Amino acid sequence: MNFQAGKDTLKRKFDTVGTRTPRPDGLDKVTGRAQFGADLTAPGMLWGMILRSPHAHARIKSIDTSKAEAVNGVHAVVTSRDFGPCPDDVLDIRENVMARGKVLYDGHAVAAVAATSRSAARQALKLIKVDYKVLPHVTDVDEAMKPSAPILNRKLFTKGLDKTPRKPSNIAERFEFGHGDVEAGMKQADLVIERTFKTEATHQGYIEPNACLANMGSDGRADLWCCTQGHFMVRQVCSALLGMDASALRVTASEIGGGFGGKTTVFVEPVALALSLKASRPVKIVMSRSEVLRASGPTSSTSIDVRIGMKKDGTITAGDATLRYQGGAFPGSAVPYGAMAAFACYDLKAVRAVGYDVIANRPKQAAYRAPGAPMAAYAVESVVDELCKELNLDPLDVRLKNASSDGSKASYGPNFDVIGLRATLEAAKAHPHYKARLKPNQGRGVACGFWFNFGGETSVSLNVSADGTIGLSVGTPDIGGSRASIGNMAAEELGVPHDKVRCIIADTASLGYNDVTDGSRVTFASGLAAINAARDAIGKMCERAAGIWGIPVDAVTWEDGAARPSSPNAGNHEPLTLADIAAQAGATGGPISGHCEINAEGAGVSFATHLVDTEVDPDTGYVKILRYTVFQDAGKAIHPSYVEGQFQGGAVQGIGWALNEEYIYGEDGKLQNPGFLDYRIPVASDLPMIDAVIVEVPNPGHPYGVRGVGETSIVPPLAAISNSVSSAAGVRMTQLPMSPPRLLKALGRI
Amino acid sequence: MFQIHVSTSINGDDTEFSCEADETLLDVLRDRLGLTGSKEGCGTGDCGACSVIVDGRLVCSCLMLGAEAQGREIETIEGMANGSELHPLQQKFLDHAALQCGVCTPGFLVAAKSLLERNDNPTEEEVRYWLAGNLCRCTGYDKIVRAVLDTAKEMRKSPKTKKTAAKKRVKA
Amino acid sequence: MNVISGRIPLQYHAPATLKDAVNLLANSKGKTQILAGGTDLLVRMRTGFSEPDNIIDVKHISPMCKISRDGKGFSIGAAVSSAEMSENAALLKAWPGVVEAAALIGSTQVQGRATIAGNLCNASPAADSVPAMVAAGARALIRGPKGKRKVAVEKFCKGPGKTVLKKGELVEAILLPEKPARTGDAYLRFIPRTEMDIAVVGAGVCVTLDSKGVCTAARVSLGAIAPTVLLDARAARTLVGTSLDDPALDALAAACSAAARPIDDKRGTKEFRIHVAGVLARRAAIIARDRALGKS
Repeated sequence: MNFQAGKDTLKRKFDTVGTRTPRPDGLDKVTGRAQFGADLTAPGMLWGMILRSPHAHARIKSIDTSKAEAVNGVHAVVTSRDFGPCPDDVLDIRENVMARGKVLYDGHAVAAVAATSRSAARQALKLIKVDYKVLPHVTDVDEAMKPSAPILNRKLFTKGLDKTPRKPSNIAERFEFGHGDVEAGMKQADLVIERTFKTEATHQGYIEPNACLANMGSDGRADLWCCTQGHFMVRQVCSALLGMDASALRVTASEIGGGFGGKTTVFVEPVALALSLKASRPVKIVMSRSEVLRASGPTSSTSIDVRIGMKKDGTITAGDATLRYQGGAFPGSAVPYGAMAAFACYDLKAVRAVGYDVIANRPKQAAYRAPGAPMAAYAVESVVDELCKELNLDPLDVRLKNASSDGSKASYGPNFDVIGLRATLEAAKAHPHYKARLKPNQGRGVACGFWFNFGGETSVSLNVSADGTIGLSVGTPDIGGSRASIGNMAAEELGVPHDKVRCIIADTASLGYNDVTDGSRVTFASGLAAINAARDAIGKMCERAAGIWGIPVDAVTWEDGAARPSSPNAGNHEPLTLADIAAQAGATGGPISGHCEINAEGAGVSFATHLVDTEVDPDTGYVKILRYTVFQDAGKAIHPSYVEGQFQGGAVQGIGWALNEEYIYGEDGKLQNPGFLDYRIPVASDLPMIDAVIVEVPNPGHPYGVRGVGETSIVPPLAAISNSVSSAAGVRMTQLPMSPPRLLKALGRI
Repeated sequence: MFQIHVSTSINGDDTEFSCEADETLLDVLRDRLGLTGSKEGCGTGDCGACSVIVDGRLVCSCLMLGAEAQGREIETIEGMANGSELHPLQQKFLDHAALQCGVCTPGFLVAAKSLLERNDNPTEEEVRYWLAGNLCRCTGYDKIVRAVLDTAKEMRKSPKTKKTAAKKRVKA
Repeated sequence: MNVISGRIPLQYHAPATLKDAVNLLANSKGKTQILAGGTDLLVRMRTGFSEPDNIIDVKHISPMCKISRDGKGFSIGAAVSSAEMSENAALLKAWPGVVEAAALIGSTQVQGRATIAGNLCNASPAADSVPAMVAAGARALIRGPKGKRKVAVEKFCKGPGKTVLKKGELVEAILLPEKPARTGDAYLRFIPRTEMDIAVVGAGVCVTLDSKGVCTAARVSLGAIAPTVLLDARAARTLVGTSLDDPALDALAAACSAAARPIDDKRGTKEFRIHVAGVLARRAAIIARDRALGKS
C-alpha cells in the first residue's frame, strides 16, 4: 500500500527508482560466497585473542605476560604499553580498546595475544597474570549521579553548568534545549501529568560478531579488512592510535553482518594491528558473542522524568523532560540526541528538555539506531497516551492536533522544512488496523517517532566502461541493500537499465573520504553523490557528442540514456547512446568518468507513527504481539522492498527492547547474560507479520525526494508497545523491558 | 599424535581432514576446509547461523565436534544450489528481499530446506517455530517467512522442482 | 603444529560397545565427559565452564541409539535425540507430555542432537524434559563397572550439576513404563519468549482416572523452583479423589506455589516463580486430564 501525499509528491516519473530490482550482492549471500569480517584468511595468519577484566572497576597493579610469551606458537603479546601517545580526540577509544592503569567495566580489554592456533592463544591468555586492586563500582545511572557514588574518573568535572564544579563526579555534561515559558504553559493546562521512567541498556544484537584481519609490516604500512559501518573512520582512528600516516593504512570493508550503529567505532581493529606489527604476521581477531555483549558498545540505560500539560480539547500547553543516560565508562552518551528528539513530534509554544551525560562501570556505549531517541520518545509518548486516556481523547486526534508540520519551530531549535508526520498520522487513522476490534486482555498502542537524518561527507566515483556499462564506487559500507538503491539512482539518472550498473564499496585508498554509514544517510547522501556523479559523467558525454557532431555543447541534451540535439536548430543528428559514446571514448578524449565530492546537506527529517495490538496473560505476565503496523515517511522509496525491510526490522528491534532485552548486572558489577540465550532478542515465533506502509512526502533536499529510513522505525515501538500493554493490562507501565515478572508485579498478582 | 583423522562426505564430495578433538564441525568447515558460508554468530547453539544438515538432520555445526563427522553425510549452504541453478528457496529469498545484511541467510536457507523436505505445506506458525532457532536482527522475519511459504507453494505446484530437490538430497 | 605447552590435549573416544565405554570411563585419567547430543557439553566447553581431558562419544554404541519397547514399557537409548522421540508414533501416543517436553529443548537444530538422558545428566533444575519424566514415572538405567542399576528420575539429581552417578557409570537409557489405562501426562514451562529460552518455571502432571473420571493416581513435578526437580506428593494428593474440577485445580495451584522454594536470578524473581508454578501446574493438569479422558 502506497500512501501518496498529494500535492507534495514529485511529478517526476521514474523508470528504475521505485521498482523492486534484485540486489547486486544477493547471489553471493544466498550461496554462502559473500565474505564477511571473519571469512578472510591470509597466508601465515595468526589468531588474536583478548584477555578481559573480570572486575567492574579495579586498579591494574601489574601485568605479567612472560609465561604467555613462552607458550609455543605465541608470536606477540600486547598491553596498553604498546599503544603510545595519541591525539586527544581518540584518547577515550585508546583506553577503551586496551585498559590503562584501571579497568572500568566487566569485559574491559587488558592484554592480547597472537598465536598460530586458537587453542594456543587461549592457553596463553590463561597464563597472563594480572594483579588487580578491586575498587567499588556503580552501574545504575541514578546511583552513579549521587555525590556518594564511586568516582570513575577523578579528572571529570561536569561541563555545561553555569560554573564548573570543583569536585569531580560521574556527570560528564549537562545539555538543555527548548523555548518558551514552560511553567506558564503548565498553568494553562487542564491536566498536568508527571512520570518517571527507566529503561535498561540494550545491544544492537548484530548477528555477525566484530571481526578483522590486520596485516602490518615493519615499514609502517598496513592493510586491514574488517566488518565496519565506516572504513574511513577505522582508518582515521586506527592510524591515530598507532601513530601511522592515514594513507599508510588501507582499510577494506568486508560484507557486514549487521551493525545498527554498533559498528561505527573500533574495538578489535587497533589491537589486531598492534599484534600484527609486533608479530610481523597477519592477525585475525574475531570476537565471541560473549565478548560482543560484554565489551562492544550497547546503548545507554536511562532514567527520565517527563511532565506534560494538556487542555481538555487535547492542546498540549507545555512539555518538560529531564533525561539521564549512562553511556558506560566514558563520556559521550546519546543524551543530547534524546533531549533534542524528545518533543520533536509536537509543535509546542513552551518546551524544555534537559539531558545529563553520565558515566558508569559499563562498556562504552555506541550508537544504536536513532541513538538516544527511542527512550526519550518512550517517556514522552507514554505521558501523552496517559493524558489522552485521562481526558478521554483519541490518541491519533490529539497527535494530529499538536503535530509538528511544515515550518513548525522544532523543540530543538530550527524550523522544519516539508515534513511528513501528519501524513503518517492520517494514514494510520485511515488504516483498517485502527478500527479492528479488540478482545479482553488486549490493548492497542499508538506512538510517533522522529529522527534527524544526516547527510555528511561523501565521495563517489562513476566509471563508464567501453561497452557502455557502469562501475560505481561508493565509500559507505552496504548494511541493508544500499548498493541496490544507489546503483538504481545512478541507472535512473543515466537512463540505463539497473543491471548495467555495478555498485561496489571501494577501499580507503581508492576513493575520497566518506563518513560512516550512519544517521540514515547512505541512500540520501551516497545516492545524491551518485546522481551528481552521473550528471558529471553525462556532462562529459554531452561534450563528446558535441565534438562528434561539431556543435556547441549547450546544444546537446541528455535524455533516456542518450545524447540528443537539444532542438532542431542544433542540426539533424541521430542520438548517441551512452554505449555509442563509451565505445568512442578513446578516440574522443580518453576515459569517461563522473565524480562527486560533497558534504551533503538537506537530509530531511523523518517521522513515523506505529500501531500495535498486544495481549497480556494476566496469570503469567506474558505479552503477545498480535498485530503491528508501521507508517513512515520515506520521502521517496528508491527500493520499496528494502524500505519496508527497514521499517520491519526497526519495529522488531523495538519489540525486543520493550519486552525482553536488557543488560542484567549482578551486585558484583558483572554482566549476567552475555549470550543470545539470556539476552533475548525476538525469534520468528514471537512475532506476527509486520505491516509496512510507505508514506511518501518528498524531501526537497534530494533530487528524487529521498529521506533516510533506517533509524526512525525504532523510535516509536517502545512507547507504542508500552501504551498497548498498559491498555491491555489496565495499569501504566513505566519501566522497560516489560518482562513477565515486572508486568505480573505491576498487575498486583505477585 | 593429537590430531584426529576424519573421513566424511560434504555436499556429496568425499572429504578427509585432520582436526584437534576440541574443534567443532563449524571450526573445521570454516578454518580447515574453507567453507565459510556457515557462520558463527554465537558458538553456543542460540543463533542458527551455522546450521548444516548431518545425515538428513538439521543441526548447529557449532554444537558438534569435527571428530563426530566421521562417516556422516554433511550438507552445507555451499551445496544448496545445483551448480548455477539456485534452489527454489535461494531464488525466493532474492525475490522477496528476505535478506538485508545476509549473515544469517545461509543458516535460514539450510534450516528452511530441512523444513520443506519434511513438510511441503507448512503453516505460517510452523515456519516460525521451525525457524525460531535462527536469529535475524535485520528483517523482523516478515519477508523470510513469506519467502519460505511462497517457496513451499511453488514447490507443491511444480513437482519437477520438488523432485530435483529430492534427488539432490539423495545424492548429497 | 599446534602443540601447546603445559597441557595434554583433549582425547576423543568413540567406543562401539557399552562395555568399552564403561571401561574407558572407569580407567580414564583426569576429567571425562560423556558426549551424547553435546548440546550442553559443547556450550560448557566453549564458554570455559568445562575443560575435559577425555570425551567419550556414545553415538557409535548401537543399543544406545534406539527406542525399543517390550511388554513393560519403553527404553529410550541415551543417544536418541529429542527429534527422534518426536518421530516415534508409539512413544508420542503413550507419553505425549514427555515427548513434548523433549521437543521444547532449544531450537529445531538443538533437538536434532539433544537427548533426554543428557538433559538429566546435566542436572539443571530447569531441564525441560526432567519434570515430564518425573511425572511419567521414568527411571534411568545406569551401567557401570559393577553392572546395571535403575534409579527413579526424581532421585537421580542431588543438586545443580550433581548426580548419583559414580566413577565409571553412565546412563544407558531412560525407561518409561507402559501407560496405564485412562492416564494422561503433560508438561508446561514458562519462558519469556516463545522458544529458545531456559524454563523459568516448569510443571509436569500425570493423572490416572477411573471410568467415572475420578482421579485415582497423580504425580506432580515442578522444575526451576528448587535445586533439583521436585516430585511433590502433597500437590498430587490435591487431585486424587477429584474429577480435577476447579476447586481441585485451585488446591493444586496453591500446593505447587507452597512447595516452590526458588531463587531470584536473571531469568525470574522468586515471587514470580512461586506464583507461576501454580498457574502452570493448573494448566498442565487440565491437559493431562483431557488426555486421560481421550479428548486430545
